[in-house]
Amino acid sequence: MVKSPYSFSSKKEIIENYIIVVWVDNESGVLARVIGLFSGRGYNIDSLSVAEIDKKKNISRITIATSCTPQVLQQIKLQLGKLVPVHKVADFPKNKKTLLREMALLKVVSSKVKLEKATKLCKKYKCTILDKTEKSLILEISALKKEIDELVKKLQPLGLASTSRTGIVAMTKGSEIYKQH
Amino acid sequence: MANLISGAEMVFKVLEDHGVKHIFGYPGGAVLPIYDELKNHKKIKHILARHEQGAGHAAEGYARSSGKPGVLLVTSGPGATNAVTALTDAYMDSVPLVCITGQVPTHLIGTDAFQECDTTGITRPCTKHNWLVKDVNKLSSILHKAFEVATTGRPGPVLVDIPKDIQFKKGKYTKPKAIKNNIKLNIKFNGQESAIEKVVELIKKSSKPVFYTGGGVINSGPKATMLLRELVSITGFPITSTLQGLGAFPGNDQQFLGMLGMHGTYEANNAMHDCDLMINVGARFDDRITGKLDEFSPKSKKIHIDIDPSSINKNVKVDVAIVGDVKFVLNKLILALKEKYPNFVDTNKQGISSWWKQIEKWKNKNSLGFLNSNDVIKPQYAVQRLYELTKAQDTFITTEVGQHQMWAAQHYKFNKPNRWMTSGGLGTMGYGLPAAIGVQVANPEKLVIDIAGEASVLMTMQEMSTAVQYKLPIKIFILNNQYMGMVRQWQELLHEKNYSESYTAALPDFVKLAEAYGCVGIRANKPEELDKKIVEMLSVNKPVIFDCVVDKEENCYPMIPSGKAHNQMLLGKQDEEKEVSEEGKVLV
Repeated sequence: MVKSPYSFSSKKEIIENYIIVVWVDNESGVLARVIGLFSGRGYNIDSLSVAEIDKKKNISRITIATSCTPQVLQQIKLQLGKLVPVHKVADFPKNKKTLLREMALLKVVSSKVKLEKATKLCKKYKCTILDKTEKSLILEISALKKEIDELVKKLQPLGLASTSRTGIVAMTKGSEIYKQH
Repeated sequence: MANLISGAEMVFKVLEDHGVKHIFGYPGGAVLPIYDELKNHKKIKHILARHEQGAGHAAEGYARSSGKPGVLLVTSGPGATNAVTALTDAYMDSVPLVCITGQVPTHLIGTDAFQECDTTGITRPCTKHNWLVKDVNKLSSILHKAFEVATTGRPGPVLVDIPKDIQFKKGKYTKPKAIKNNIKLNIKFNGQESAIEKVVELIKKSSKPVFYTGGGVINSGPKATMLLRELVSITGFPITSTLQGLGAFPGNDQQFLGMLGMHGTYEANNAMHDCDLMINVGARFDDRITGKLDEFSPKSKKIHIDIDPSSINKNVKVDVAIVGDVKFVLNKLILALKEKYPNFVDTNKQGISSWWKQIEKWKNKNSLGFLNSNDVIKPQYAVQRLYELTKAQDTFITTEVGQHQMWAAQHYKFNKPNRWMTSGGLGTMGYGLPAAIGVQVANPEKLVIDIAGEASVLMTMQEMSTAVQYKLPIKIFILNNQYMGMVRQWQELLHEKNYSESYTAALPDFVKLAEAYGCVGIRANKPEELDKKIVEMLSVNKPVIFDCVVDKEENCYPMIPSGKAHNQMLLGKQDEEKEVSEEGKVLV
């Protein structure tokens, strides 16, 4: 997606999903810098998760799911690389080499019968039950986005009352770790 | 406890350690401790502007004409927000600025205190980096880092926000470390040797080559300019330049095709369109340059040399990219070319002779030509006369933004780098006058002229007062057509001559205005008196406002209309009937 005011590109552009991982100094404003770059340049953020991963070195890891063209992906990586608190940037391919996970907490408030059905679903989707009362159930699921979407859909008629989901996190399989250049 | 000093004193120690001689600024409540400390540092001269935007542009002019970073000191709240335009301008045009802002005391941050604003939040997208200092012991290292970030890699503005209590607090000063070759900031040239070889072979194979050079050459320093001249000379290739690159190559050289882009020459744009090899040195394929992207130089192999990796393939996909400092890359390229093909220019003459013939045909169109008049001063004529009467001196030109800016770029020929200061990326009206102040501060004995439009110059006119205070003999050469000329031109071409709000019905008398400021006002109404008046202006050793009354309805040609390609230029009135498409009208 080239955004010159001169281009009315007639070409159909292929938009794909990507996972971008950014290692940053854990300092105030750093998330705003990363997010501001996305909004300022018109890039998409489909999901976002961020937390400190190394207390001693003061490093946070930001995982961003985005959808864009391959050309824009390159731009995003290079623009992120220019930010002063950014240490390294990687895009993880969405294929068999990458592990992806999202987590969700789901609260079901319902009748006894429906709660039992929900408990069965819970086994099928390998959820953990975190809290249980006569009227309610809180499930924890860690899975792919698609699976969580499925479960949410199935729980809706069973009295799904509250949903809390994280963004995606990712890691490459095997012994390799990502090194900058 | 050894040698503790206040935050305010630290600011000056840092400036001294970085060799800063001048700062531009405006005091206010939240920077008072720093201003109080000024008296103890005689080596640093403060230039008091009349508005923080003016201080910012002056710092930009200072930086661009001297190659050193410009330093700006303003207060919190409105001081900081007024500086935002200048910071954004510097960001777009890669000008190194260090902006120091005062902030309300730490304990008041977030309480909507008097003159509080979220300075780092507001300036985050228009600086390379910014810092809010919350610990006086980190102040000096942050300021050192600020200078490093501003001046290394692709230069740009940075901002350091210092709360008032931090300015008072005492802490330990740390000396600057020698700037390391940080891979991130100063991109190293490794693993790119094969790219150099590819470039040499492409140069050898090409029969229709063109150099397309930009501000990156000038930012790389005088050595880059010399190397560029050598490379162009040992290849015999034609060269064109962006607005910001003017002066890197002599404007009156036979190999120079003039500026390219929206108001570039016919020969430059056609050469870009038809070439088989484009060598981009330090330019960024900006939309004013490329025109319609789908039809941009369709048949060429493209080489891009840039210090900023994110410039590569951003707008235009290139075949060979070399990331690095221009002077470094050109040096390698010249060595490689000389080694592989000694005497290249002579042996290759035949290969590109028909290309030069074609270029001569385009040149013969004389696309910068205009119909002169005996009754009214044509703006192009005014710039030409100004050039002829000042070319013997080492002259520095700044501009505002609009038609006059393009006429200046087309008709004033630059032979040296750092002599041409104009707001290209952001297109900031009101840039030229304060920039001229900064240029004159950095170059006290030189002739500094702001080629201005009457609308632009009124945006920062108050800075004449600064020029008078510091006895800076800048010359404000106003091409006065009473219109916002470029707006009027677009309305004529694209909006059925509906001149909506582009005419200024009440303008000040610029001669009287000059006198009110305590400088000299001169007016020229007729072509025959123009030379005499310009000579008079040059003889005055004071700031001058020159009101050059020009043709009101002259348009700036040649022009690539919106949505068109390089080879679809309008050369003048006769071409205007060719319509701009509905799609073209929505473009800027």
